Amino acid sequence: MKPAPFDYVVAASPREAVQYLADVEDASAKIIAGGQSLMPLLALRLARPSLLVDINRIPGLETIERISETTIRIGTLVRHRMLCAQTNSPLLHEAARWIGHSAIRTRGTIGGSLAHADPAAELPIVAVATGMVIEVMGPSTQRTVDAQDFFIGTLENSLADDEMIVSVISPLPERWGFAEYTRRHGDFGLVTVAAAEVQGEVKIAVGGVGSKPVRMLESEGLVNDSVTLSGQLIDQAARAAAASVEPNGDFHGSARYRIGLVEELVRRSLRQLGSGQADSEVDWS
Amino acid sequence: MRVTLSVNGKPATIDVEPRRTLADALREDLGLTGTHLGCEHGVCGACTVMLDGLPVRACLVLAVQAEGASLLTVEGLAGEDGALHPLQQSFTEHHALQCGFCTPGMLISALDLLNRIPNPTRAEIRSEMSGNICRCTGYNSITDAILAAARSLTQKD
Repeated sequence: MKPAPFDYVVAASPREAVQYLADVEDASAKIIAGGQSLMPLLALRLARPSLLVDINRIPGLETIERISETTIRIGTLVRHRMLCAQTNSPLLHEAARWIGHSAIRTRGTIGGSLAHADPAAELPIVAVATGMVIEVMGPSTQRTVDAQDFFIGTLENSLADDEMIVSVISPLPERWGFAEYTRRHGDFGLVTVAAAEVQGEVKIAVGGVGSKPVRMLESEGLVNDSVTLSGQLIDQAARAAAASVEPNGDFHGSARYRIGLVEELVRRSLRQLGSGQADSEVDWS
Repeated sequence: MRVTLSVNGKPATIDVEPRRTLADALREDLGLTGTHLGCEHGVCGACTVMLDGLPVRACLVLAVQAEGASLLTVEGLAGEDGALHPLQQSFTEHHALQCGFCTPGMLISALDLLNRIPNPTRAEIRSEMSGNICRCTGYNSITDAILAAARSLTQKD
């Protein structure tokens, strides 16, 4: 349970960080930001990088700026704690509240969570539902990737070995809903659903049912083709979502149980999207 | 690598490998064995300490990342005269520990909880403390202790 040896450097700028990544010949260098996903991988020796590039001291990456009426830019080092505290995006506030525990939210970052690409993590699901655009830098390149294309599979993203996330452009949805079910507060969700309406179009992304956040295209079609979001339509969209997923079962819950959760949580998130009010939260007492 | 930091108000300098976790550095290099290590991968909460006033899992931070940081561990909770912190006092009064292994992390997480929510409800305490695992299953008495400490701290203010 101790990490294997590695070298460690502190980067002063994004360009310097990606240059460090590029200069390692076996391409086994890793960026460390909050470390809340990477450190467990190091401790379990599931990751054995030769070099860790610490980006925590790069100035300017820990800010949220409003870039238009309907979009914000979030620096890669913005901590989950700061997402909880900000008021620009109520959806991100709500989703970040569900991430781990206070001590995890102190350090965990939005860039780290997206890059880690855990299919059950909250922020990738919100990124896909809201259509975030991820701003990426390499030693000689700068590009943007749509969240939809960023996630490839379980813990797999579309970054090259010498690229890092610098920031994220996050559309502010007109209406949204978020629903997650966990056995204990702070655990990864068994199923998590984010529904967001951006420029009149509703997208629904579900986590915990595949190797990356999965869009509920049939349910989205039903919602987007209809003028009003009636209870009947919500039920129909929830059933369509449940019929479209093929989750694996594990000791946390069977496949059938997760399908049931998808139906109920899509229903709750669409109700919240329609009414602006969350269903009452689970009483943990 | 040399790391200079402040622990419980006292300056400290250590020389560690990059792979040394902050938790191991506290225990092995600084001799502060009050911070306990359970799972060593961020799940159990036993190693929770305050870093610049905010709670962190000391097993999920590298010691080299704590350069210049100010830490508070369980050893720093009691007063200069040895008087227990109100949370520590309340834990003893409410039998909030049996084997005591999880207690250092419980105390620091509880301190963070009361910093953010001075008057928590039972439900809030259960939810906020869910990141700290007690294998003696003493959660009810831990909740009682935090609730009582919250009352005594807010009455003093």
